[in-house]
Amino acid sequence: MLQWAIIICIVSLSINKFKQKYRYSFILLRQLVITDFKLRYKGSVLGYIWTLLRPLALFVVLYIVFVGFLKVGNTIPHYAVYLLLGVVLWNYFVEVTNNGVSAIVGKGDLLRKLAFPRYVVVVAGSFSALISLIINLCVLAVFMFISGVSFTFNALWLIPLIVELFIFSLSVAFMLSALYVRFRDVNYIWEVVLQAGFYATPILYPIALVMTMSVTAAKVMMLNPVAQIIQDARYMVITSDTLTIGGVYGSLFAGILPITIVLALFIVSILYFKKMSPSFAEEI
Amino acid sequence: MDDNIAIEVKNVYKNFKLSHEKADSVKSLFVNPFNSKRTKVETQHALKKISFAVEKGEFFGIVGRNGSGKSTLLKIIAGIYQPNKGSVDTNGRLVPFIELGVGFNPELTGRENVYLNGALLGFSEKEVDKKYKSIVCFAELEDFMDQKLKNYSSGMQVRLSFSVATVLAESDILLIDEVLAVGDADFQRKCFEYFKKLKKDKKTVIFVSHDMSAIREYCDRAVLIENNEIIFSGSAEDVAQEYTKLFVENIDIETNLDVDKKQTKENNSLTKWGSGGLDISNMYISKKSYSSDDNFIVFSYDITKEGEFSDKINPGFIIKNEQGQSVCGTNTNISLKNQTITINNGKINIKWTIPNIFSHGIYWLDVAVLSASNGDTLQWWNEAGSFKVVNKKNTPYPVSPIVKIDIS
Repeated sequence: MLQWAIIICIVSLSINKFKQKYRYSFILLRQLVITDFKLRYKGSVLGYIWTLLRPLALFVVLYIVFVGFLKVGNTIPHYAVYLLLGVVLWNYFVEVTNNGVSAIVGKGDLLRKLAFPRYVVVVAGSFSALISLIINLCVLAVFMFISGVSFTFNALWLIPLIVELFIFSLSVAFMLSALYVRFRDVNYIWEVVLQAGFYATPILYPIALVMTMSVTAAKVMMLNPVAQIIQDARYMVITSDTLTIGGVYGSLFAGILPITIVLALFIVSILYFKKMSPSFAEEI
Repeated sequence: MDDNIAIEVKNVYKNFKLSHEKADSVKSLFVNPFNSKRTKVETQHALKKISFAVEKGEFFGIVGRNGSGKSTLLKIIAGIYQPNKGSVDTNGRLVPFIELGVGFNPELTGRENVYLNGALLGFSEKEVDKKYKSIVCFAELEDFMDQKLKNYSSGMQVRLSFSVATVLAESDILLIDEVLAVGDADFQRKCFEYFKKLKKDKKTVIFVSHDMSAIREYCDRAVLIENNEIIFSGSAEDVAQEYTKLFVENIDIETNLDVDKKQTKENNSLTKWGSGGLDISNMYISKKSYSSDDNFIVFSYDITKEGEFSDKINPGFIIKNEQGQSVCGTNTNISLKNQTITINNGKINIKWTIPNIFSHGIYWLDVAVLSASNGDTLQWWNEAGSFKVVNKKNTPYPVSPIVKIDIS
């Protein structure tokens, strides 16, 4: 009994210590996310509806062009929702990383006057994007219902996949935000990278199409964690006709590759951010 | 660290790297990665060997001229900058007031801004909830809290931010920069009342300023920073005196320059201006430095007629202190009613004797001659001279007259 009491004591103490240490960060994170959300569509007539309209508009355009005219996805069942899921997840990545680029420099005024933990502004950006992602996924659910996709428990796999996407996007955001303090052309470079990335990721077209042309190209493309996440999500939620990374490599363990990339990038970007953050206030 | 110590600054050094050709674009990295020019950085020493400790409940001043490094030091204590060497240990919660209304957003309502600003200072929603009423009350903005900040007047914004900062920050340690003391007279009075309250409540305060009267009035101890180093530390009074000395050395040079000017009869348009007809010269002050034993301050100047000038004149003076505040001044129209003064023989000398009621410090004299008939400024001589007052019975106010006290 005594051992248990001691263990509980130690655990509760360390939780308290953790709370104390990150108290300021939590308070700030909460307020920044709330503020960001309040301000996002301030002054626009449709307000928060834009959170839904933006990906939907892109989806409609892509659907008309690729399904209507180019007839890309007619081999895949429920291609419309298949496409929408890809667009929604990609948009999340774009939003987080774009927020990330300007997170530190954009808050320069604040940084020069207060000593709050710097990472909070970057994390806040990815949380407010997460809110729009969740809203968008709800819309997706409605579309799935309309097009008659059956809901299964496999859809729960979406949660770890979103966690992976969250960590990956956040890592990129950390890296970009710290780099942008020193190198002000990061935002232009990143714009180009995102544009290329949109086409290099199997969002519009099925990866199977690439497989028929070049297996190596498909293998390289699937190393991109966003590609792996999108394909896995489609596989779990919409149709098992989706080719996942395991299918491309012919091995179930291939999924470890992009996850390793995510973790490695996470560690590197956090270390870099930590190293750079003390001098942000001076360098901005 | 000793439990009585609130802040300990140990041997702090701070350099800023100023690169001449900053590699702020990736291109320059790629184009010429081995170019030594790119890495050529000039190191600017901002702080050297700074050490001091502030005890709990102490009102501690940091004094120094512009550019001496005091704001950098404040930012290091606040944790905004990291020192290159040395350390700063704080014992308790620290709230910096480097600027009011940091993070205020014009698109949010007053209420939302209070919570945002509170969070930036490290206060949770619950903590702000508890004090929300008194914040609004103190700012006197009860009817405006649900309006957007952009619809506030600037005075209302300042009131709100000051109130958030002061009501919330009932914390252990406060860092106050002098920027707090900007604003209209009413606001300044509020600030100083707040300082008094802090002092009464025995809060630990670090106060950065070059307003010596505020330092003398509120601080227990202070340090003087000059050329990035602490050159003096001690009681607020001693530090304020040392600080004043920094300027006295400069004044001596200036008065010498004045002599040169007179010899060459060079009229600087910046120091002398007016519609003309006469010239003020030969500024004479009986002493460079007056002590408490000198009962009077005596000075005189010549007024020389130029051309066919025959108007009645009204000579006067203004004495300004270190802060540029006009302490006293008068002219013959006020002091000698119904007496007309004219320059009959081309030149007159006018001598002024005023009681020495001044507080410790340096004073500058502006002298002027106005037209007694239409009030035009015939000539105004800015900072025609200066003198120093060493007062043993000094008070932190603009004047320290000798007061007769009867106790019965």
